[in-house]
Amino acid sequence: MKEIITGAEALMRSLMNEGVDTIFGYPGGSIMPVFDAMFDHREDFRQVVVRHEQGAAHAAQGYARSSGKVGVCIVTSGPGATNTLTGISDAILDSTPIVVIAGQVSSAVLGTDAFQEIDLVGVTQPISKWSYQIRRAEDIAWAVARAFYIAKTGRPGPVVLDFTKNAQVAEVAYEPAYFESIRSYVPYPKPNMDAVRSAAELINRAKRPLALVGQGVELGEAHEELKAFLEKGNIPAARTLLGLSALPSDYPLTVGMLGMHGNLSCNVNTNQCDVLIAIGMRFSDRVTGNLATYAKQAKIIHLDIDRSEIDKCVKVDIPVIGDCKETLPLLTELLDEASHKEWIDSFAEYDRIEYEKVIDKALNPKSGPLKMGEVARRISEATDNSAILVTDVGQNQMMSCRYFKFTKPHSVLTSGGLGTMGYGLPAAIGAAIAVPERTVFAFMGDGGLQMNIQEFGTIMEQKVPVKIILLNNNYLGNVRQWQELFFNHRYSCTPMLNPDYNMIAAAYGIPSRLVTERSMLDDAINEMLETDGAFLLHVAVEEEDNVMPMTPPGASVDYMIFE
Amino acid sequence: MDKKLYTVIIYSENLAGVLNQVTAEFTRRQLNIETLNVSSSSIDNVHRYTVSLWCDEEIINKVVKRLEKKIDILRASYYTEDEIFVQEVALYKISTPKLLANKHISKIIRHNNARVIEINSTYTVVEQTGKTETITKLYKEFAAEQCVLQFVKSGHIAVTRDVVEHLSEQLYVFDEDAKRVK
Repeated sequence: MKEIITGAEALMRSLMNEGVDTIFGYPGGSIMPVFDAMFDHREDFRQVVVRHEQGAAHAAQGYARSSGKVGVCIVTSGPGATNTLTGISDAILDSTPIVVIAGQVSSAVLGTDAFQEIDLVGVTQPISKWSYQIRRAEDIAWAVARAFYIAKTGRPGPVVLDFTKNAQVAEVAYEPAYFESIRSYVPYPKPNMDAVRSAAELINRAKRPLALVGQGVELGEAHEELKAFLEKGNIPAARTLLGLSALPSDYPLTVGMLGMHGNLSCNVNTNQCDVLIAIGMRFSDRVTGNLATYAKQAKIIHLDIDRSEIDKCVKVDIPVIGDCKETLPLLTELLDEASHKEWIDSFAEYDRIEYEKVIDKALNPKSGPLKMGEVARRISEATDNSAILVTDVGQNQMMSCRYFKFTKPHSVLTSGGLGTMGYGLPAAIGAAIAVPERTVFAFMGDGGLQMNIQEFGTIMEQKVPVKIILLNNNYLGNVRQWQELFFNHRYSCTPMLNPDYNMIAAAYGIPSRLVTERSMLDDAINEMLETDGAFLLHVAVEEEDNVMPMTPPGASVDYMIFE
Repeated sequence: MDKKLYTVIIYSENLAGVLNQVTAEFTRRQLNIETLNVSSSSIDNVHRYTVSLWCDEEIINKVVKRLEKKIDILRASYYTEDEIFVQEVALYKISTPKLLANKHISKIIRHNNARVIEINSTYTVVEQTGKTETITKLYKEFAAEQCVLQFVKSGHIAVTRDVVEHLSEQLYVFDEDAKRVK
């Protein structure tokens, strides 16, 4: 006989059935029965109470992106739910599997503007992979199983469950539910062998092939398949921001980062290659620059699991739809062993120019204020380039992503599509909880840190060992850079009058150091790494440092400025 | 870009909220829906949407791919006018006293092969099925006689010119494709 339990308890059982071990959340009126049930499951789930629901959503994202598992957050209706919208939007753009469970007023009063009622399904449909209102306790097991199945399969994404209070308190004969397929949803499309063959022929004829590697490789766990493909075809591979740790930074065929603040070599050679092979990337405008002049000389092959990405921004010659873990080996099988030495060597000359004009100055300044780039590189090296880099958004993001090095997969967590300031700190909390065996750095700016600084409370309470690096330039640095370059130095609303961040950290019991001189840096990094638990490394960096090189907005991908 | 009248045919699971997702995909691109028809299909629990709109092919292609990506949408395809049979149904409620007083009105009904489906002392309901132009023509003729009390048309409903209806087979294929695992 099936056990009779409450809907809230049925939710607990359903989450356990999905293997959930951590819940990020914040209680409130319409979700109280669920939090009451959680009280009996303190041993089953790590229950992380954040200080603002936006933090819960980003923490769930950080948890998911670092571990590959589905991140879960539970919040109340109305403002609790709307506070997660930024995280849900971030997760849909960056393909992050999270399940947001929000309380909702009882079905009987739906539509009456009841206290803390909003139409969450209506609000979240355009920003989620699936959004569903549970109005009956009988639907809980089905809805939760379906939510997890949808969130994690195919191209992952956020799912929202809007859980009415009457369904939380009603009794139900619980029986676990399982999903193996949904007939209207094809998460892993069957590869079309004609397309694979055409793509292989094109690559085999190529003289100057270039692979563009995106997060799809990480999501598909296709790291080894990618290497086999690149090695057999001797194909240089540039990575997108989200694909940075899909290949080790020092892997011989890695040729840099694409995009507006990426490396000169791969951006220029995007317009020099004869065959462009995009793998699990979506031709974001931050990668392509002006589409009218983007890779017009090249034949383009696009491997993606999501059919709707094909021809979305860039018209492709051969789409290869499917999971790249499946399609890459099919393609590799048909490749001729090739050598493109001269072509691969052509990247080095651009690398030399970039090193001379930008990198050397960023990494090895002899005097003057500390540079963001040198801080990032020193911290990366101090952990043998094996740590997880979580960034906020802005100059701290571009600088740390440019100068950090990666040796392991799933090592870069950054808000790429939505560009969410405030993402970094809570996402790092989620990552540090999900993968306690790895060192997690949160690179923050003084703007973004303040957007979710309340999560210092979560770090304190949960003893989360996140190493926070605050690159403080007393500006909203990225906007200031644009103002300097494109708005005639008019620094409108970008200077920051900052509080004493070390005192704030101290108030939360987080040890910290303030670094103002280059000579202090190594010692402070060592102290940070030797400290058990959280640490704030507050670095006063050059105030008007710019992220270079840069493809100015609207310019062609191969046009980069250096100052 | 050349704008054409496209008809989008969508099949979805019969779940609340799908219509919202369908229309949102058009709204996002500020595409103005000309006609929209939603009804049950020949298959239990599968709904069929017929949407017509002026658009260029590049855009409609992207919209349809995004529609098909929605979890509860089974299939979405777009057609130009020469690829489908399109019909509309219209009802014209006209004044019975004017119909009796003006012989021209009954001539209009006969010449247009329209059907009278209700007559009472105050009004008469006339039905017409056909292309949009046929329906509009009849409306204009009635309007010229100033006898129209109400007028409504259904929006496009359409069937494709394909020799066989694929959906039942397709459902089986979907099921097979959907079962592919990582």
